[in-house]
Amino acid sequence: MTDIHDVIIIGSGPSGYTAAIYAARAQLNPIVFEGAVTMGGALMNTTEVENFPGFTDGIMGPDLMMNMRAQAERFGANLITDDVVSVELEGEIKKVTDGTGNTLKTRSVILAMGSAFRELGVPGEKRLSGHGVSWCATCDGFFFKGQTVAVIGGGDSAVEEATFLTKFADKVYLVHRRDQLRASRAMIARAEADPKIEFVWNSEPLEVLGETKATGIRLRNTVDGTENVLDVTGVFVAIGHHPRNELVKSTIDLDAGGYVKVDCGSTATNVDGVFACGDLVDHSYRQAITAAGTGCSAALDAERWLTHHKETA
Amino acid sequence: MSENAIVITDATFDELVNKSDKPVVVDFWAPWCGPCRAVAPILDELAGEYAEKITVGKVNADENVESVTAAGVVSIPTMNVYLNGVIVKSIVGAKPKPVLLEELAAFIK
Repeated sequence: MTDIHDVIIIGSGPSGYTAAIYAARAQLNPIVFEGAVTMGGALMNTTEVENFPGFTDGIMGPDLMMNMRAQAERFGANLITDDVVSVELEGEIKKVTDGTGNTLKTRSVILAMGSAFRELGVPGEKRLSGHGVSWCATCDGFFFKGQTVAVIGGGDSAVEEATFLTKFADKVYLVHRRDQLRASRAMIARAEADPKIEFVWNSEPLEVLGETKATGIRLRNTVDGTENVLDVTGVFVAIGHHPRNELVKSTIDLDAGGYVKVDCGSTATNVDGVFACGDLVDHSYRQAITAAGTGCSAALDAERWLTHHKETA
Repeated sequence: MSENAIVITDATFDELVNKSDKPVVVDFWAPWCGPCRAVAPILDELAGEYAEKITVGKVNADENVESVTAAGVVSIPTMNVYLNGVIVKSIVGAKPKPVLLEELAAFIK
């Protein structure tokens, strides 16, 4: 005889843990699949988070996430450090199967899988991944002391990575395919004032060069089509993310960008009893605080749905 | 949590890794690395479950620059497998347990 849970939360970033806190406080005894090695989500790969309200002097991303985790645990959320490999979302009783092979039954599901790093898709990138090509400046920047590196991208994360890398590298090229950045003004101002950062405008990568280690990156000018090579030993890719929708793309409605569609003003998906929150849904704000906000909404929506469902059942 | 993985430093690398008669899985990590924190408990489990086949050791990359440089590590976590002091396998990035078991199959069978 297998228990039927009220709610299973898939994902453990700010949205997943916030949903867990609210669901646990509502006595729903949530199960949270944190991921086998992705516990805490994208913020685990960051350093200082300066804009999460309530932390006057900022807080380290991993500390913020471990605090949220502890808070969810304090209210009785059941945290499972494993991946979800398949789901059956349709019907009254939904099934969630984890990486160990256990299948759990539940009335409702909150999807909070977040997003994954986008890849450049150029030759050399995969082969040299971990050998000079990196998606995590805060993890790998340390190994580039006194060297010259390039950051690819023009958003907040690219500028943040470039600024962070100046702690170690002698020179940081910030390569962007346009002639201006998408990043916030505060971040741009900081990067512009940094003598170690050199902007490389209107340039897109064609290839990462190197046999066993990255030695350079070949670029094409997006305006005049000319090519040139930057000699760098590190290539940090920060060209954004794509929603991690693999688990649900066959059953849940997605928009053109692959983000999960939810009803206007709600977190309800097209499948009854399935809710979605965080970066999986959000193609415009993508902040820790907005993810936490929609995580809260998803838990409240699930709670109301369960109450209504049980009354009418 | 039990600590089955041994601590390896620049001073003990030769003794514990190069001179080991078992394959040694060396996890290069650092306290500020989120993915390293995530994979550490999995490696510790493997160290306990396959203690007869392999040794699992941890090198703090912050404190052991010599070993890091010698291994050519530029990304962490990196898990290198050493056989008689030679790197025979290199796994970069945190992986779930089933994936690590597959990657290490040749050494734990």
